[in-house]
Amino acid sequence: MNLAPIVRKEFRQISRDRRALGILVFLPGLLLVLVGYALNFDVKNLSVAVVDEDRSPESRHFVQSLTGSEYLVHKWSLDDRSGIDRLLEEGEAQVALVIPRGFAHAMIEGKSIQVQVIVDGANANTAAIAAGYVALGIQDYSSRVLAQWLERHGAHILVPIDIRPRLLFNPELKTAKYLVPGLFGLILMLSTVISTSLSVVREKELGTMEQLKTSPLKAYEIIIGKAVPYLGIALLAATLILVLGWLMFDVSVRGSLLVLYVAIFIFLLAGLGQGLVISSVAKNQQIAFFISVFSSLLPAFLLSGFVFPLSSMPMILQVIANILPTKYFLVIVRAVILKGVGIGPVWDQFLALSLFSAFAIGLSSIRLHRELSS
Amino acid sequence: MKSIKQMLIKEFLQIRRDRLMMPIILVAPIIQVILLGYAATVDVRNIGLAVCDMDNSPDSRALVTRFTNTGYFTVTGWAKEPDGVDEYLNASEAVIGIVIPRGFGRDISSGRTSTLQLIADGADANTANISLNYARQITVGYSQGLLVEQVRRLGGGRQVPQITPVTRVWYNPELRSANYMVPGVVALILMIITTTFTSASIVKEREIGTMEQLLVTPMKPSQLLLGKLLPYVLIGLVDVLLTLGVAVNWFDIPLKGSVITLFGLSGLFILTTLGLGLFVSTISHTQQQAMMTAQFFVFFPMIFLSGFTFPIENMPAAIQVITYLVPLRYFLEIIRGLFLKGVGMETLWPEALALLVFGVTILSLSVSRFQKRLA
Repeated sequence: MNLAPIVRKEFRQISRDRRALGILVFLPGLLLVLVGYALNFDVKNLSVAVVDEDRSPESRHFVQSLTGSEYLVHKWSLDDRSGIDRLLEEGEAQVALVIPRGFAHAMIEGKSIQVQVIVDGANANTAAIAAGYVALGIQDYSSRVLAQWLERHGAHILVPIDIRPRLLFNPELKTAKYLVPGLFGLILMLSTVISTSLSVVREKELGTMEQLKTSPLKAYEIIIGKAVPYLGIALLAATLILVLGWLMFDVSVRGSLLVLYVAIFIFLLAGLGQGLVISSVAKNQQIAFFISVFSSLLPAFLLSGFVFPLSSMPMILQVIANILPTKYFLVIVRAVILKGVGIGPVWDQFLALSLFSAFAIGLSSIRLHRELSS
Repeated sequence: MKSIKQMLIKEFLQIRRDRLMMPIILVAPIIQVILLGYAATVDVRNIGLAVCDMDNSPDSRALVTRFTNTGYFTVTGWAKEPDGVDEYLNASEAVIGIVIPRGFGRDISSGRTSTLQLIADGADANTANISLNYARQITVGYSQGLLVEQVRRLGGGRQVPQITPVTRVWYNPELRSANYMVPGVVALILMIITTTFTSASIVKEREIGTMEQLLVTPMKPSQLLLGKLLPYVLIGLVDVLLTLGVAVNWFDIPLKGSVITLFGLSGLFILTTLGLGLFVSTISHTQQQAMMTAQFFVFFPMIFLSGFTFPIENMPAAIQVITYLVPLRYFLEIIRGLFLKGVGMETLWPEALALLVFGVTILSLSVSRFQKRLA
């Protein structure tokens, strides 16, 4: 095989286009910093506005124990409900709590009482979490009051269920730990699908493909020669993310590096195949760029489980996600990095990923072979 | 004035002649809103639940039914041993595992405490957090109910102290994340379309050499620029109209605020996006470079740092400062405020002012760069 010359030519061409090189090398770092430092779903320090209509030691104790955490902070005390409107509208408070008159009486006499909780629902995600915190806090407080009350009245009944929550894999629940491995899909798609398709189409546009065809190189040598440099850059980018993720965000690989790199390699093949198929369809770079972004970058961002949970999407989008390779790849990457599992629990994901790769590479070889030998 | 008109006619003729342009301008935004509106959701539903029920009593089954009845959980695996639950979590087939111990039913009905294990896959921190909260609420609610019932049985209908939260959600009562995300998508698409097309259309003239021809015409550079930019202002506003239509009619998101304010402020935002597009065109030699630069060095950071999906309040202080330099941030606050809360200019004026300052600054900077390049 006579690959060296074309690989060398391709590398020289890549290094000549400074901006493209900058994007391939600089972007993974930029994205990693953004994703690692800036992106966070944690909901903490929610400002609470309290309307205490009871003004009793009991109601004050209730408010204190509810807001004494890093999640809910008692920031405003209002005299009546009319002030809630403005605080929520301007985003000064996210939660409002109204404690009705008769609260202390109910606690002492053993009665049921309702406490009103108002949540700013504009951001549904934050609101769901906030409402959850408040509801749990109230239930918890209520249980304690009930237990004390029972003790005082001499009833020997214990709280029926004691919950022991256990968090696996990411006990501090850091968003970065989940997103950093997810970045692999996005960045590798970028350096394979988009770069490969553009580089091949450029040769076609400039007419240099004809020159390559008339060279003594065989069709498969041209294809492999064009693919190898991007494979190298992508592997470099992947390693870069791995090292930076470990240094900056403490994301270490719990499972086997070998399994991880095998998965990366199979995924890269899928990307290369997809890029080559696009290059055989597209007539100019602009179209190649649009098709690439739509078929790789967008799904890698939206339909891979990178940020948005797939299980909440409509059926049709889940079906599309199941056809594309990124979803499987991310499950493997996260399982190996965060959960430390081997091939065993994710063999089916490996199978699906490999099937897509084989299909993409096969289709692209057939199409390009036809084109190059014509 | 006349030469600007000529320039506008030329631009529109060119847009119409390119067969791919019209679909991209008119159809792509609609498809994008629909796709993004469905996909860009962080709602947590259909959470996979792995159950290890070692008790297998009516009480333990009632608890599991409580989980599935809420609609949040779907049982995806039954394990015989507690370790089996971990396997479902390892394979990402379940997010929450629940282990009900032997003797659960006997204990809870005889006034003793039974320990229930809830295991969460923390890898996806957000989903884990929300799911675990749901699971705890369901369990605590069940427990509370049992307790009250037992006390009643003992004391013959005696009342016990109980606090129940009555939760009301304002602005978005069903907690649909579409109500929050879709207005954001409208803003995003407006930015992408106007920035990309402005930069590409200018670079194209340069690439194929027609910029030179335009320069030898009696037109002044400012007229040339105005003629180049105005069509995209118009296209931007048409796209706002189209995407708003999808948001309101397809996704049923009520627009509580004023449509006129929305259009006015969209125009203000377009100043900024045109300025950005023009700037990208002055630093790019080819259309491909222009597209890549816009995509990766303008859109990516803007999407991440504007609060489009990730709340700005959660970012570290240093990065929060940077977000003030992201114009999309202000427009998102405006469009979400108008859609969800129905606020008006009296609340939105600081954001509008920020957009105006941004727009004028970026646009005049880019115009002076553009004229320098022409000269």
